[in-house]
Amino acid sequence: MRFSRRQFLKLAGAGAMCLTLGSFGVNVDEAFAYSKKLKIEGAKEVVSICPFCSVCCQIIAYVQDGKLVATEGDPDFPVNEGALCAKGAALTSMYTDDHRLTKPLYRAPYSDKWEEKSWDWTLDQIARRVKDARDKNFILKNDKGQTVNRLENFFMMGTSHASNEECAVIHQAMRGLGVVHMDHQARV
Amino acid sequence: MTNHWIDIKNADVVFLMGSNAAEHHPVGFKWVMKAKDRGAKLIHVDPKFSRTSARCDFHVPLRSGTDIAFLGGMINYILEKELYYKEYVLNNTNAAFVVGKDYSFENGLFSGYNAKTRTYDRSKWAFEKGLDGAPLMDLAHERSVFNLMKKHYSRYTLKNVADVTGVSEKDLLRVYDTFCATGKPNKAGTILYALGWTQHTVGVQNIRASAIIQLLLGNIGVAGGGINALRGEPNVQGSTDHALLYHILPGYNALPLAPWQTLQDYMKANTPVTHLKNSANWWSNRPKYVTSLLKGWYGDAATPENDYCYDLLPKGEPGADYSYMYVMDKIYHGQITGGFIFGVNPLNSFPNTNKMRKALDNLDWLVCSELHHSETTDNWQRPGEDPKTKKTEVFLLPSAHRIEKAGTISNSGRWLLWFDKAVEPGGEARNFADMFVPLINRIRKLYETEGGVLPEAVLKLNWPEKFDPEEWARRINGQFWKDTTINGKLYKRGQLVPAFGHLKDDGSTSSLNWLYCGSYTEEDGNKSQRRDPSQTPMQAKIGLFPKWSWCWPVNRRILYNRASVDVNGRPLNPDLPVIAWDGSKWVGDVPDGPWPPQADKEKGKLPFIMNTDGYAQLYGPGRLDGPFPEHYEPAETPLASHPFSKQLSSPCYKFHSSDMDQLAKAADPKYPIVLTTYSMTEHWCGGGETRNVPNLLEAEPQLYIEMSHELAKEKGIKNGDGVIIESARGRVEAIAMVTIRIRPFTVMGKTIHLVGMPFAYGWTTPKCGDSTNRLTVTAYDPNTTIPEAKACCVNIRKADRLTEIA
Repeated sequence: MRFSRRQFLKLAGAGAMCLTLGSFGVNVDEAFAYSKKLKIEGAKEVVSICPFCSVCCQIIAYVQDGKLVATEGDPDFPVNEGALCAKGAALTSMYTDDHRLTKPLYRAPYSDKWEEKSWDWTLDQIARRVKDARDKNFILKNDKGQTVNRLENFFMMGTSHASNEECAVIHQAMRGLGVVHMDHQARV
Repeated sequence: MTNHWIDIKNADVVFLMGSNAAEHHPVGFKWVMKAKDRGAKLIHVDPKFSRTSARCDFHVPLRSGTDIAFLGGMINYILEKELYYKEYVLNNTNAAFVVGKDYSFENGLFSGYNAKTRTYDRSKWAFEKGLDGAPLMDLAHERSVFNLMKKHYSRYTLKNVADVTGVSEKDLLRVYDTFCATGKPNKAGTILYALGWTQHTVGVQNIRASAIIQLLLGNIGVAGGGINALRGEPNVQGSTDHALLYHILPGYNALPLAPWQTLQDYMKANTPVTHLKNSANWWSNRPKYVTSLLKGWYGDAATPENDYCYDLLPKGEPGADYSYMYVMDKIYHGQITGGFIFGVNPLNSFPNTNKMRKALDNLDWLVCSELHHSETTDNWQRPGEDPKTKKTEVFLLPSAHRIEKAGTISNSGRWLLWFDKAVEPGGEARNFADMFVPLINRIRKLYETEGGVLPEAVLKLNWPEKFDPEEWARRINGQFWKDTTINGKLYKRGQLVPAFGHLKDDGSTSSLNWLYCGSYTEEDGNKSQRRDPSQTPMQAKIGLFPKWSWCWPVNRRILYNRASVDVNGRPLNPDLPVIAWDGSKWVGDVPDGPWPPQADKEKGKLPFIMNTDGYAQLYGPGRLDGPFPEHYEPAETPLASHPFSKQLSSPCYKFHSSDMDQLAKAADPKYPIVLTTYSMTEHWCGGGETRNVPNLLEAEPQLYIEMSHELAKEKGIKNGDGVIIESARGRVEAIAMVTIRIRPFTVMGKTIHLVGMPFAYGWTTPKCGDSTNRLTVTAYDPNTTIPEAKACCVNIRKADRLTEIA
């Protein structure tokens, strides 16, 4: 029978508890009852990755009724072996924090406030602006008459927070539009 | 990283320079500590004593911006004392190549310099070629790379290096002796670096200097060796591989340029040819990778007849710089209408932030995507400005956290790791792809209904209705576009290509990134999801974990590993073998290519397969600022002259020159103090996320400036006092942290003070301080355009009152 490191720790912990307490005649029922009440008990375990540095520590997210209840380092991942730094340890509060943006916002020219908008309205507005900028200033040929098919009055900045799949989407989208001004954190 | 996190434990010496890894990669640092447990020596060379220094055998303080002087001194020491690993250098490097007659180095300049354009004519640095077209090789030749290198670094004497770096000769020798002891077959030394090396006007040459040292000592390709960039950002390895960068397409293929009008022109200019039979010249495969990329982007619309839609791609102008420093300058000058800033906070983390903030007011419209309001998203209402005067229309899209989406990222060791979606995005937040996919679909619809300029570039894209990360992982790996039989096995159209060796340049295969081909196969599924810790005893010895996830290329965990064996395929260090030839096949790690060892004169190949001629480059004629790294002072320097050259600063560094791009003159008495910048464990880079996490903000609540007791005394500043810091570009407030972690330097007989500041604070978090980068310079490395955030000149004084910090 093969154990992962984490299964081993769980078993070892339970065994130790029974041996040390049970063997001294202490009633361990209450301790077990308490452990059942732990917030991660019965929660679904989902493997994710800390979103900060490039060590990319794996984490386990505990989810109950569609809500995040806790995060911890994945003890089976050979690189972080369960460890996390201060940022990694703060992931749960980062996800649940009330400072987050939750709706598309719009700031009109010369306005002094944000307004909430729908995704449909927002994406339509952006699509219109990108297309207009592209149609107005697209460079088909350079001074030498060479075909360059380039959009120069628009730029894309970001981001290393994107997954590989999202990066592939962004790169293809940008080159499709003719964008040359594309850059991200790798150059800072 | 040439190697990977766990491999650091195999080192006999860990040399950290340009990195404070214990602070910034705290969990990865456990592998440095494992090396120490095994008896390794740890060295930290850095301007200030830090958490990393505290765990090292010794810390050597260095004046910021003098790394090449320090490393050049080590190269000279290795060559003078003959501490190099002779067999390795002769077999694997271009030490014996003969450089052409046009090469010279005088008064701090290489031959071919044009002062007007600040560029070199690099043809002057070319190698001498024989009649067969192959480079001439003669180690004893007066112009051999080895002899030219000896001459070049003979100027880097202990005295010169000590004078300019502020490091005592005793400390120099301590580092040189300890690290050079790894120049033996059974010893390995690793170099770990980070932004402390890249953020300089000589950033690329800092790393080149480390490469020369590692090659001379035989430390590349071996367990516990390598040059290991501790990448900062969460997926900056993957986002670089997939090239969210102007100058390359995914998989390190050049951006098409105007003179390359056809795909054939592109291939001709970008596919190297070698005249050496034993050189693998891997980039000779480039046509297969680029054609497969185009096939992936345009699908059935890409045919041999239309050059696979190559014509539709944007073409840059030769020599033009489209990087974001240049974008910001164009915006400053009103030349750009609108754009997207996603998941990055330039108005806190770009240099000379005052200029950047003013520039952004010139945009007509801006689309941002963020987790929180940032100094960038809310620039129109920044302190001291009236929103009613700001014309920019801003769309702010709420983005999802990592835990709210699925997909892969690539860690610093190139491991491809899958993450699952744990919960739905908060509120109406979305992942980035769920913004771009529908946005492009809307733009396509507009082109279909109303036409426009070159609509086919958008309409011919092989583009989905909806985003599915699994589907894109398959697209990245690559698929067959017609039924293909390989070794008797039939792959149907739409099935996955098993490895990049099967990519073709005839339109029968696609791959959005050849480096990732083999990560997702019909046979083994999505390998980024593998969680199998099993390994052979040989693999376990060096902590390889080949079945846990997957890594590019072809699951090779240690790059250039052919350099870890002799010509017969026997490990140079039998105690920690990476690969070994068992007489018929390689065992251990995946070798750099399938060929037998070099002793096989017919089939054997040289180890540095990505270089055209197969040898590692001690002399590198491809960089814009010289074939050998040379010490130049930062763009802003406290010195009036260079102690061993007539050229004070890099003759090639790039810079901007608007009214807001001021540089202090050399040894300017108004700005006599060197400033270096950094981050900390509790905050992430510019702090845009972590300042919004209450427990992290509580741990590190405000901007501070670290300074020596000597400087504090000179300026009448006490620990905890408010301080005003000024450069030629801006003014910043911070709280004084008077400490022994920073000491004055003695440079050219004079005392030079250095101060250090984090850059994690910005005005959107009330009263914690504002962007440190208002002080830093808009001067950049000529090869990468990375700004010199790690060294500039400032002055400080005690503040009467503070307005930015409560």
